[in-house]
Amino acid sequence: MHKLSYFFTACVLALSVSAQDNAGLKLPAGFSATLFADQIGTARHIAITNKGVLFAKLNSPNKAGQTIVRMEDTNGDGIAEKLSGWGKYGGTGIYVKGNQLYASSDDAVYLYQLDANEEVTNPTSPKTIIQDLHSRRQHASKSITLDPQGNIYVNIGAYSNACQEKDRSVGSKGMMPCPILDSAGGIWKFDGLKENQSYAQGKRYATGLRNVIGLDWNNKTNSLFVTQHGRDQLNTFYPTMYTDAQNADLPAETMYEIKEGDDCGWPYVYYDPFQKKKMLSPEYGGDGKLEGGKNALDPLVAFPAHMAPMALLFYKGNQFPVKYKEGAFIAFHGSWNRAPLPQEGYFVAFVPFKNGKPAGEWEIFANGFAGPDNNKSPRGAKARPCGLAEGPDGSLYVSDDSKGAIFKISFKK
Amino acid sequence: MMEKMQFKLFGLMLFALLFAIQADAQNMQKGKKIYEARCLACHQADGGGVPNMNAPLDAASNVVGNDIARLVRIIRNGYNERIALDGFYYSNAMTANPDLKDNELADLLTYIRNSWSNKASAVTVAQVQSAKKKK
Repeated sequence: MHKLSYFFTACVLALSVSAQDNAGLKLPAGFSATLFADQIGTARHIAITNKGVLFAKLNSPNKAGQTIVRMEDTNGDGIAEKLSGWGKYGGTGIYVKGNQLYASSDDAVYLYQLDANEEVTNPTSPKTIIQDLHSRRQHASKSITLDPQGNIYVNIGAYSNACQEKDRSVGSKGMMPCPILDSAGGIWKFDGLKENQSYAQGKRYATGLRNVIGLDWNNKTNSLFVTQHGRDQLNTFYPTMYTDAQNADLPAETMYEIKEGDDCGWPYVYYDPFQKKKMLSPEYGGDGKLEGGKNALDPLVAFPAHMAPMALLFYKGNQFPVKYKEGAFIAFHGSWNRAPLPQEGYFVAFVPFKNGKPAGEWEIFANGFAGPDNNKSPRGAKARPCGLAEGPDGSLYVSDDSKGAIFKISFKK
Repeated sequence: MMEKMQFKLFGLMLFALLFAIQADAQNMQKGKKIYEARCLACHQADGGGVPNMNAPLDAASNVVGNDIARLVRIIRNGYNERIALDGFYYSNAMTANPDLKDNELADLLTYIRNSWSNKASAVTVAQVQSAKKKK
């Protein structure tokens, strides 16, 4: 009996401690966080229904053999107690539109139906909306978002670092023109409901994007916004032009507003956030000083190099203070290619927006994902932010694809 | 007389052992330099690699395993396939290092197999040479 009461006291203490310490996150004043779920698997992107049921797409099957996890907080304590799942294919993209749930593998997009309880009705027989997209190891994940008309936008990442004749090899030239761009290295647009579409039925919506993992439709501007992962290893392949320290800071990770037909310049240029210029890539004759990409889009926001923006979300709710309204949250996975310099990222950033345009510098919103000892190595970090979703009450959810945590961040006046 | 012989023998063994340890330390130091110049960018300072992308070398079964020929082949030729390792997949292309000399390959492998939590046999130049013959 005594043992039992000690156990309960310990539980209550543990709970209150975790509530007080915001699940280990550092947040602006007035915000708090709970560990909504933990160890659910490699949780990539997340999506939420009107009633607050959260779905996560896993990169690989979890211990229960699921690749899509459904999470429901039935008593409103900020922790999901009802968990279930299904699916056999790994992937990244997930999106909820009404009672329809989209999920992507690395080469296809599937559509599931949700019932009145927001349970999936056809876990083993989804409709195949898009299929046979290139999945060639590098940048193979397919992120998805929809516009209000029901068109679906899919990132098809370039299966290359800088379109060299021999990928990631010292001295190998860039191919001219880059042959990858006809079927990858951009955003493709498809009908959100037609079945069995592939390249022939889709349209290349934007090109020159090495790898976009974060993308979101902005209702204010009625346009697509994306965050690109910039190229790697300038110092490794061009040690006479770039020092380790320069590589750690180059190129910027970038955010673009995309209109149909836009070209963001990869692989011919990269963005230097210090010179504030598009620089000709060394694979194409650049030297760190020559500019290029006259017709390529300029980024709207430039973030520090290699931090890996995994998710982009425009905040629509009213729970957070007015500063956050219509602004952009970006989940940064955390870098690896800053080595031997210290790694960076492993946080959620915020960019204020006004009238659909950035209205101030980016800032760190939620930090501490790397853990109490702040181990910012890709393997050692406690959590790596990967997905974002906004709940019907305006809370922000963040997924972690290393240990499988889901954080729920709320604001209390 | 007998005691003296034993003492001499012991001294000789101690000397040999010290020499071996010193050689190892030198090889490790040389291997570390090569690791930092060519491998660390992707495989990281902690040998942990990058989940889904760059395979870890620390606590990796094939790194501390006995197939030295395969390790030599991967370092020299690079690697351009999705690799399965200890239950996870890694997708990034690995750069080839065809210019590394046999003694450099031996030092590098000795370093990788005995760093972080790895504890495996040192790799000799002779082993590298016989590995290269295997193709």
